[in-house]
Amino acid sequence: MDFNVSQAIIYILMFISLYFEIFLLVTFFEGTKKITENDDSGIDYKTVTIFVPCFNEEKTVIATIESLLDLDYPKDKLSIFVIDDGSTDGTWNVVQQFKNNPQIFLFKKENGGKWTALNLGLQHAQSELVGCLDADSFVDKCALKNIVKRFADKNVMAVTPAIRVHNPRTLIQIMQKAEYTLSMFIRFVFALLGSIFIAPGPFSIFKKEVFDKLGSYRHAHNTEDLEIALRMQTHGMKIDNAHDAFVYTVTPRTVRLLFRQRLRWIHGFLENMLDYRRLLFKKRHGNLSLFILPAAIISIFSALYFATVIVHHIIMTMIQKISEFSAINFKFNFQNWAIDWFYLHTESLFVLSVVLGALTISLILMGKYLADRKISFSKDVLFFILFYSFLAPWWLAKAVYNTLLSRKTAWR
Amino acid sequence: MDWKKYVFVLIITIAIFATSFYISAYFNNKRTAEMRAIENKISLDLLSSETQFSLLSEASCKDIGKASVLSTEINTLAEKLSYMEEKFGKLNEEVLDLKKYYSLLEIKDYLLMKRVSAKCGVTPTSMLYFYSNAGDCALCEQTGYVLTYLTQQHPQIRVYSFDYNIDLSAVKTLIAMFKIKNTLPAVVIGEDVHYGVSDLAGFEKAIPTLKDLEKQKAAEKPAEVKK
Repeated sequence: MDFNVSQAIIYILMFISLYFEIFLLVTFFEGTKKITENDDSGIDYKTVTIFVPCFNEEKTVIATIESLLDLDYPKDKLSIFVIDDGSTDGTWNVVQQFKNNPQIFLFKKENGGKWTALNLGLQHAQSELVGCLDADSFVDKCALKNIVKRFADKNVMAVTPAIRVHNPRTLIQIMQKAEYTLSMFIRFVFALLGSIFIAPGPFSIFKKEVFDKLGSYRHAHNTEDLEIALRMQTHGMKIDNAHDAFVYTVTPRTVRLLFRQRLRWIHGFLENMLDYRRLLFKKRHGNLSLFILPAAIISIFSALYFATVIVHHIIMTMIQKISEFSAINFKFNFQNWAIDWFYLHTESLFVLSVVLGALTISLILMGKYLADRKISFSKDVLFFILFYSFLAPWWLAKAVYNTLLSRKTAWR
Repeated sequence: MDWKKYVFVLIITIAIFATSFYISAYFNNKRTAEMRAIENKISLDLLSSETQFSLLSEASCKDIGKASVLSTEINTLAEKLSYMEEKFGKLNEEVLDLKKYYSLLEIKDYLLMKRVSAKCGVTPTSMLYFYSNAGDCALCEQTGYVLTYLTQQHPQIRVYSFDYNIDLSAVKTLIAMFKIKNTLPAVVIGEDVHYGVSDLAGFEKAIPTLKDLEKQKAAEKPAEVKK
């Protein structure tokens, strides 16, 4: 077999990808006992303030607030700060219906970005715990209770939720449902490894002292939720995950909107990694520093490399086929299509790709088990397999390009 | 950090990698075995035909024709050889070995068919095709595809394909006999050598009998039943 540099790179990247996925799976099976832990007795109901930053969210903000009011949590322990970040639509008017609710506090400020709205909330919050819920997300009744339970461990400084897709309708949203399920699995495993490096906007809850010690939110390349988690990790603060605290978020409906959102996320990740490069390869920061973050960075470049190889292969095959068909005056030759085992792909790279694909699907299915205690192969998994790997390289490539050229990405 | 887990996962990953290489090698060996089996069968058939030809010099041309070897099997072998060459690389020793044997079988069949046609006075539509996969023949792939198409459409067409650069004295002799220049692809039809033919129109021009074969094929098709 001819062995060239390109093949060697593919084998190395395959090995790393396989190692990473097996590592996640092994860690998951080690921590399965944690999945069924559900002890509601003796919960220390701490005082909590939830910030709802909104910018032109008149259509969804009411449902968001109502889901918070409906939480199974003592009313006297929960405050809700609705912070209008200079909306130009009717957001401020629609939230006035809550002005007499003793749990709800309304704030209005000039537009400055989500992080500035959160910092306004931090200035006024007096509770032990604080958190945020984006105005296009909705919480499950037990979400806060299940999160607060995790603070029984005195070392836990923040807890992330399990985010699910709200009412997926379009193909793109259904595909994201599987992606979010995979993220649910990954966040659960990262928590077991002490390696959570994103505290997602929708309903991550922090001890107020985190901000008292580390300072407020930063712009952080439009990914303040990533930066705060990295800052906490730098200071050795523990971030846990509540896989049973469900938050439902509205996801992009179209490829264009999805592209913009992911571009912001990946670009934010790369820029923040440059800012926090001191976190890498330091033994004192454990799994996160030595394995998870390097693997996350490598995964971006390996996805791009695989995509380039595949696209090159597809183009070359198409050119060859067109030249072949033109040579026989575009006459279809059906006799070529007979099935013979001899021509089946059995190269080691193909076998490894199948194993890798099967492992990815099993990670999603484990995520489903985590969320619903059952494993089912539904259309979201199918759409994820069919479309995600064709879409992701585009925003990965653009994010890398923007990072290299120090270009900024827009929030929307 | 749980270093034991890191090592444990490393062992599993290496085991999966090793298994994938084993599976690949297993199927490759099976492929090579199948190729050898086909070559052996063709070799046996050839020997049988030659023996039959020598024994029954008075045999009817019909009988000899039936016994001729160049069946679709040799075309299948060519396709499989080409696939193996693409997958394992043209420098793979196993592939080179199979290719040499295949070339010898082709020459033997070619000689036998020449004797048959001399005896029976038939002129089979056969051609010798010289290609190169050393990167110096841009049109060879296309020509190969057209020839595959032609043999599939008209099984009576015999194509003997030879790697111009193969290290086999019998092929070198053939090249010398027909004075084939290194401007490939080269196709020998009858006694004429055609260079650079790479499309259907070119072959239709080079093989006048091709149109007759088309007509013959059309005539063989069952007539449509009118309702």
